[in-house]
Amino acid sequence: MHGNGLNGSIRIGFYVCHCGHNIASIVDVKAVADYVKTLPGVIISCEYKYMCSDPGQELIQKDIKEHSLTRIIVASCSPLLHEHTFRAAVEKGGLNPYFFQMVNIREDVSWVHSDRRAATEKAQDLARAAVQRVFHHKALETKHVKIHPDVLVVGGGIAGIHASLTLANAGKKVYLVERDPTIGGHMAMFDKTFPTLDCAACILTPKMSQVKNHPNITLWTYSEVSKVDGYVGNYKIEVKRKPRYINEELCVGCMDCIEKCVYKEGKTPDEFNKGLSKRKPIYIPFPQATPQIVLIDPESCIEFKSGRCKKTCVEACDRKAIDFQQKEEMKEIEVGTIILATGYHTFDAKRIPFYGYGKYPNVYTSLEVERLVNASGPTGGEMILRDGRHPKTVGIIHCVGSRDKNTNRWCSRTCCMYSLKLAHLLKEHTEAEVYNFYIDIRAAGKAYEEFYDKLLDENVHFIRGRVAEVSDWAVRPSEEGKLIIRAEDTMIGIVRRIPVDMVVLAVGMEPQADSQDVRRMFNISCSTEGFFLERHPKLAPVDTFTDGIFIAGACQGPKDIPDSVAQAGAAAAQALTLIDTGEIELEPNTAFVVQEECSGCRTCLTICPYNAISRDEVKQKAYINEALCKGCGTCVAACPSGSIKQNLFEDEMIFSEINGLLEHTPAVCCE
Amino acid sequence: MGTAEEHPKANSWEPRIVAFFCNWCTYTAADLAGVSRLRHAPNARIIRVMCSGRVDPQFILDAFSKGADGVLIGGCHPGDCHYMEGNYKALRRVQLLKRMLKQMNIEEHRFRIEWISASEGERVRTVMNEMTEHVRKLGPLGLPKKFQEWDKEMEILERTVNGKEESVHA
Repeated sequence: MHGNGLNGSIRIGFYVCHCGHNIASIVDVKAVADYVKTLPGVIISCEYKYMCSDPGQELIQKDIKEHSLTRIIVASCSPLLHEHTFRAAVEKGGLNPYFFQMVNIREDVSWVHSDRRAATEKAQDLARAAVQRVFHHKALETKHVKIHPDVLVVGGGIAGIHASLTLANAGKKVYLVERDPTIGGHMAMFDKTFPTLDCAACILTPKMSQVKNHPNITLWTYSEVSKVDGYVGNYKIEVKRKPRYINEELCVGCMDCIEKCVYKEGKTPDEFNKGLSKRKPIYIPFPQATPQIVLIDPESCIEFKSGRCKKTCVEACDRKAIDFQQKEEMKEIEVGTIILATGYHTFDAKRIPFYGYGKYPNVYTSLEVERLVNASGPTGGEMILRDGRHPKTVGIIHCVGSRDKNTNRWCSRTCCMYSLKLAHLLKEHTEAEVYNFYIDIRAAGKAYEEFYDKLLDENVHFIRGRVAEVSDWAVRPSEEGKLIIRAEDTMIGIVRRIPVDMVVLAVGMEPQADSQDVRRMFNISCSTEGFFLERHPKLAPVDTFTDGIFIAGACQGPKDIPDSVAQAGAAAAQALTLIDTGEIELEPNTAFVVQEECSGCRTCLTICPYNAISRDEVKQKAYINEALCKGCGTCVAACPSGSIKQNLFEDEMIFSEINGLLEHTPAVCCE
Repeated sequence: MGTAEEHPKANSWEPRIVAFFCNWCTYTAADLAGVSRLRHAPNARIIRVMCSGRVDPQFILDAFSKGADGVLIGGCHPGDCHYMEGNYKALRRVQLLKRMLKQMNIEEHRFRIEWISASEGERVRTVMNEMTEHVRKLGPLGLPKKFQEWDKEMEILERTVNGKEESVHA
């Protein structure tokens, strides 16, 4: 451990950062440095263009040695951004890193104020508080915790699959938990993928079976994480395995039971086909479902409803895999890191009633059309409308539930491209005239613009304008029996009526309906829209504010397949970094009881949410288990005798900050 | 919310507000306000704590006694606390403290607790501006000056009492 230099004497070095113009243009940095120089304990006070740069850090290290500094303060950006950087620099300079304090004069001052005088005063106040605070700083030892090498991946879409395989191939043990009966997610529903038009199943299903067969992956489908305890490196997870009423060990996926079900035809809308077909009570979501295990839906199964079924399925199963008594099962696992890849759901088109979804049978969502054009879909890939016709004209309406103040303001990023893809596929399948109604075509991506050009060559029509209405109100004989799309063509400045046989709504991407519950369970944050919040939008895009939990794919924001896969790889790499380092440094901000002062009153015992505090009944004193303490400081605030202290946030430190902030007498009192 | 109070006149009184923000939600939201360049009143000074549950009522009283005209606590929304329930603990203390402040003649609007999540940079601006305006309307609290007066009274009282005690002993 590093000492604090000269027998505990306080020699402060203060550095104020210009951050280029970010700080210096609003805060008079020189005035701040000059002012701090006058404060007790300050040996050096100076300004520098970029404190976080190498020369900036070296400046601190040089001064520590030359001037025997024992405390370092940097006034620059938020501690959430660079505290770590400067602590490391201070440590390199030979000082305990916790003798460092950071003053936020960028996010908290220069970026939110425009009055130079007020901003400079505020910066001075904050600096003075820090100067008074560091007098109470103590040398602390960084805590290290071991990282359990196993990983939990939540969500078995393409992001979860890719992350799981990456980790498993690196030799790590992965638990992949998927809520649906099969992995594959949305990608499994797609027909082809843009811009290459390779078939989604052809590139996805091999990865799905790799997951199933990988010795390092434990795949739990039809399961949900129900409880998360612990902290980075040491998470305890409880997984609820919903009953399939099929013994997974015994079922080989022959589907004889489905064949022999007393229902000769399916009666329940098929979830996988978006309700465009019907399934039986005993079913498998789709032919390539992974795992290849059937399941029974108790809502529609006669045996569950009345108990009086002939149970032909049981007779049909020669492996005796059907088990009507199967119960929900809880699994408990320990992992060190978690990757959330819980995906998205598509915008509910009924929220925009004037597009007629749910009212006119021939209005479809894009996901339904994916199933319709899919060779393994409900119609075997034949474009048959709900009324049995083949469409001769199709209108695709972009930005349904995206870029719209009334619904979702964000761009869903994928709709332009998948609309182009669907336009191509529809033309290919039906030779129909296809009209795209768009606001802007956003084809930003490798070979995306070229794909747009290709569509233009294929004579797909593009009308720039937001659609006002879809109706069946024919005003001309040629419009009889058609859906009429009314939109302003902003290129030529007139309102057009386009009669079509089929309308496709390019629905946007939204956070999962339960994203708030999920983020609470994992103790992470959501952005305003409800997508999971990354630690830093640019520099930590797959990290969260909770150590050891990473996010990948569309749960973080709308994303296409290449981006989801890239992010999944990044999240896996982050998890691998932790696992292979073997341990992680934790803030030593835990609380401890000053034994001599503790009165043994028990107030703190019930307050700790982590049961980290116990009472020694012989000594009649409270004791805090450092390994369990997470450093919230709630017990510190509650202790009536003031005998609990929190490292880095001791009472004296906070009181001195308060004092420092307010010590300056306002102008009016001086007069 | 309205425009930021960005141009305090020189030498005029400006409200001084001490804000205790939790590391995970409100402090992050304040950072977001910065990154989004949401200009707001420059009157509050933030002290970062790990959790709003760390805010000891003494901190609030101390801030008022040292000259703060207003005190603000920012924590995670109920149910969202990074430490499960620290914000509830904070809320309980705040409720009790509010009664005490009332008895001390410290107006209600001088003390506020707000739940601001990491994504609500806009809310930081609104609360900062509102709080500044409320406190501005109330004027300076001036506790340090009052304390000086009370201290003088106490001194006189003490002297009287001591004098009497001495006379009893004698």
